[in-house]
Amino acid sequence: MTASAPSPSPTPLSPAETQALDQALAHWQAEPGGLLPALHVLQDELGFIPPATLPALAQAFGLSRAEVHGVITYYHHFRQTPPAHHCLGLCQAEACQARGARALTQQAQDLLQCTLGHTRSDHHWQLEAVSCLGLCASGPALMLDGTLHAQVDAQRLQALLAAVPTPPMESSS
Amino acid sequence: MDTTPHTPLTPPRDFGTPASPSSQSVTLAIDGFSVTVPAGTSLMRAAVLAGTQIPKLCATDSLEPFGSCRLCLVEIEGRRGFPASCTTPAESGMVVRTQSERLTQLRRGVMELYLSDHPLDCLTCASNGDCELQDMAGQVGLRHMRYGFEGRNHLQQPRDDSNPYFSYDPSKCIVCNRCVRACEEIQGTFALTISGRGFDSRVSPGADQPFMDSDCVSCGACVQACPTATLVEKTVQDKGQPEHQILTTCAYCGVGCTFLAEMKGTDVVRMTPWKEGKANEGHACIKGRFAWGYATHPDRMLKPMIRARITDPWQEVSWDQAIGHAAREFKRLQAKHGVDAVGGISSSRCTNEETYLVQKLVRAAFGNNNVDTCARVCHSPTGYGLGQTYGTSAGTQTFKSVEQADVIMVIGANPTDAHPVFGSRLKKRLRQGARLIVVDPRRIDLAQGPHVRADYHLQLRPGTNVALINAMAHVLVTENLINQPFIDQRCEPDAFNIWREFAARPENSPESVAEVTGVPAEQIRAATRLYATGGNAAIYYGLGVTEHAQGSTMVIGIANLAMATGNIGREGVGVNPLRGQNNVQGSCDMGSFPHEYPGYRHVSDEATRIQFEQDWGVVLRPDPGLRIPNMFDAALSGEFLGLYCQGEDMVQSDPNTQHVVAALSAMECVVVQDIFLNETAKYAHVFLPGSSFLEKDGTFTNAERRISRVRQVMPPRAGMADWEITQAFSNALGYPMHYTHPSQIMDEIARLTPTFSRVSYALLDREGTVQWPCDAQHPTGTPLMHVNQFVRGKGRFMLTRYVPTDEKITRRFPLLLTTGRILSQYNVGAQTRRTQNVVFHPQDTLEIHPHDAEERGIHEGDWVGVASRAGETVLRAHLSERMQPGVVYTTFHFPESGANVITTDNSDWATNCPEYKVTAVQVARVLHVSQWQANYQRFNKHQLQLLKGQLVNEALQSQEATHHSASEPS
Repeated sequence: MTASAPSPSPTPLSPAETQALDQALAHWQAEPGGLLPALHVLQDELGFIPPATLPALAQAFGLSRAEVHGVITYYHHFRQTPPAHHCLGLCQAEACQARGARALTQQAQDLLQCTLGHTRSDHHWQLEAVSCLGLCASGPALMLDGTLHAQVDAQRLQALLAAVPTPPMESSS
Repeated sequence: MDTTPHTPLTPPRDFGTPASPSSQSVTLAIDGFSVTVPAGTSLMRAAVLAGTQIPKLCATDSLEPFGSCRLCLVEIEGRRGFPASCTTPAESGMVVRTQSERLTQLRRGVMELYLSDHPLDCLTCASNGDCELQDMAGQVGLRHMRYGFEGRNHLQQPRDDSNPYFSYDPSKCIVCNRCVRACEEIQGTFALTISGRGFDSRVSPGADQPFMDSDCVSCGACVQACPTATLVEKTVQDKGQPEHQILTTCAYCGVGCTFLAEMKGTDVVRMTPWKEGKANEGHACIKGRFAWGYATHPDRMLKPMIRARITDPWQEVSWDQAIGHAAREFKRLQAKHGVDAVGGISSSRCTNEETYLVQKLVRAAFGNNNVDTCARVCHSPTGYGLGQTYGTSAGTQTFKSVEQADVIMVIGANPTDAHPVFGSRLKKRLRQGARLIVVDPRRIDLAQGPHVRADYHLQLRPGTNVALINAMAHVLVTENLINQPFIDQRCEPDAFNIWREFAARPENSPESVAEVTGVPAEQIRAATRLYATGGNAAIYYGLGVTEHAQGSTMVIGIANLAMATGNIGREGVGVNPLRGQNNVQGSCDMGSFPHEYPGYRHVSDEATRIQFEQDWGVVLRPDPGLRIPNMFDAALSGEFLGLYCQGEDMVQSDPNTQHVVAALSAMECVVVQDIFLNETAKYAHVFLPGSSFLEKDGTFTNAERRISRVRQVMPPRAGMADWEITQAFSNALGYPMHYTHPSQIMDEIARLTPTFSRVSYALLDREGTVQWPCDAQHPTGTPLMHVNQFVRGKGRFMLTRYVPTDEKITRRFPLLLTTGRILSQYNVGAQTRRTQNVVFHPQDTLEIHPHDAEERGIHEGDWVGVASRAGETVLRAHLSERMQPGVVYTTFHFPESGANVITTDNSDWATNCPEYKVTAVQVARVLHVSQWQANYQRFNKHQLQLLKGQLVNEALQSQEATHHSASEPS
């Protein structure tokens, strides 16, 4: 759109989002290539990168909105929507598949009532396909809320998931 | 007569990668043929130079090589693998094979993958016949598809038709990145990216938004770069591929882009910027590329019309009747009120030949010098200021010169909106590392944007330009930043010494002017140091410099600055006015001013006058005629009663609308020649339907002094080109003109104008374009001015005392209004408002700082009254931090906005150029339109009814009321 056309009023950021943005920019705005670490700060603080932060990020780093969007969507790590409370990442690479990852994935989907690549509607679980966790010698491997686990079989998976507290009833309403 | 009318459609040769600038050469063998190319040339380009070509999809010579499509692989003897020829530079002794069995297999494999995710609807596709994917599939000879079409694909992705001029169909996209790179490298907007990765990779406007919601400025570079039908013009979708092409010149801004009009019969299918065009080098903007539909808009006036009074209905008559009537009226007025009772106004949108003819008509047939032009209201101070200091009334450089600038200072200009193609070239240089100083009350896009940030934005108060430039001069002379050897060699020493003493005065110090300009002293000092010491420093300026009470003073101040630092006379430096209209340079060159013959020679100069008298066979007047504002004043005092106005809309574009309207209403015969019934035509007695740039031959001269050919692509829709109408008018007045083609008019111009002496259509056809002076010493023109000496001999420093404008803020009018343009609209909007460009800018708004808005209880989108001592109008408010508090801004593209109802008749001391850029106003929330606007709406409705032959009976009855509302609104 042309420069002087009235622009749609930007979605206001929440106080937490504003604070995270300020923190990210305070640390990284002056650094060459500071966009990536700033995105990490945002995601670490908020769990995702709110799309409403795009214009401020673009302006701070002298980039266009499109460029920031390109970076965010290039890396699967970056999310544009709030994450679920818990995240299970299951390795789908060749080595883990050879060691039973497919069956393990099926079991995880059944246990959590959630399809791979999706977030459960109560937002309690999300199930992610991961290409490699660097544990090829001891697959199948998974990552539960940021912690790696190797040589996971059906029993261990059940135990790991059972150790995660179930959501209080009101959270699904 | 014309040597290049229709040529068969041949796509320009694509070398695949840009030319290498190296002066060293390397010799290599490609497919057994020896070829010598500049070092750094890609193998792909070398192959084209050797006479062959290598298959490619992601490469094109307007973009840097990317190496993603994997179709251009080659074999190099002694090297393993298959390097991409676009990213591999040629080396001496290389032996390259572009074809082999293995390469064929690889290319077919790649093509097979592309086509497995591409619809096979070639025969009904908009790009059928103009598709590189189709061409490459043919070249690599793919015959079998092993993968089928059942796998995951993008074929169901929905098309984005949000842009009015082109569509984006992701199902046809091969993700070659050419569009993204064109947006970045050529246009510099960065509106596009690739979102996702791997199979999910898609071209994404903004954050996966529709094009119209992204930052896209609709320049069309992406459409031109697209090798498939993914991005394609809607006109091509509607009409099919063009069948012939004609080279011509854009009729919008002063950049003067060269275009190929791609035609089907007399129908334009699309306008494509010409790669070899020196002003634009293959780039275009939304106006030039897309906004030409006005030529066939239903509002086009196609019949001559007359009426006795402006309250009478229009009567369609023959050309002979209309022109005969106008001639009789002019003779009657001159007989009754004297020779000086009539005059003419030439247009900066018409050709050089047409403008020349209007001034000839006035001087030879009217017998006076009452000719003026719309340049009066834009760049007349440029003509005066640069003429006085350097000796020539024009910019000093080519646009290409910006590629060698190290420091760029942009003063009172907004190139990315008003001169977009030059703006893109400037931004490209900034991305390569040039430093930038912006002097503007408003935060224009150049001041801060993707990959562009001004080192200094001197955000001064409107009306304080001269104070600021004097402070910069002060820093130069007091901090020892003067280029003394340049001054000693090139400038008048006495004038310099006087100027140095003036500049050093304490009242010119940055500290002294900080308060009045609103710019901190340290910023002025730092910016001046950068300008003086940063290497090649170039100044580009616009109407923010000229349209002031001290417009000429500021131009002189700029000229002083460039001389003092030696930034004149070589590539990468200079003083460059960005001229507003397509031919405003030309209309000035052609003698449109009342005091000057073509080539800026004063009418009192006897030698010149005798030359014209002999050639034209008439006695000419030695005294200057009336300027536009004088014509209005004389009309109101009953001495000026007949006006021939070619292609200018004074009612909308001149300041103090109510004064203009009163003057026109006082005239007895206003003849308007235009393609639309513009606002001025509503006060006319004779209407002569003009022709658009597509309908005639001629030349335009752009801001670089570049003379370019305009070529007729369709016959004049109303039957006559504008030069033919002027000629007929002259003949009817009894002064004979017998040109049969505009080239004969150019021959006459060349004969009578030293700086044009070698210009001819034959030369232009051969050279493409030439920059004046074009004479015996410069037979193919002069790209760079003042190289070894100034045109006037020694450069002249002149004093530039700051005199505050009379237009001051008061308690009653506490804000300053400044005016400008927007990208999608052009000037009074007569053309662009009759195109889809209105989607981008449907109305003028008042930009106001949130602080000023809050004080007045104004919210986004509110109706606000804007009142000055001249008048009042009502606009919608747009809250914007581009403005500084205390300053408001609007555009004047829509007549109903009445921006010039508010502007005053203050003007430049030297040239009468109006002070559009400074008006003291008050702004307040209102509920309805202003009294002026109510009157305008009523008058306009009535005039349109008179046009349609309605109200024939009521006309007389309402005459009184209409006249009242038109001329004397409260």
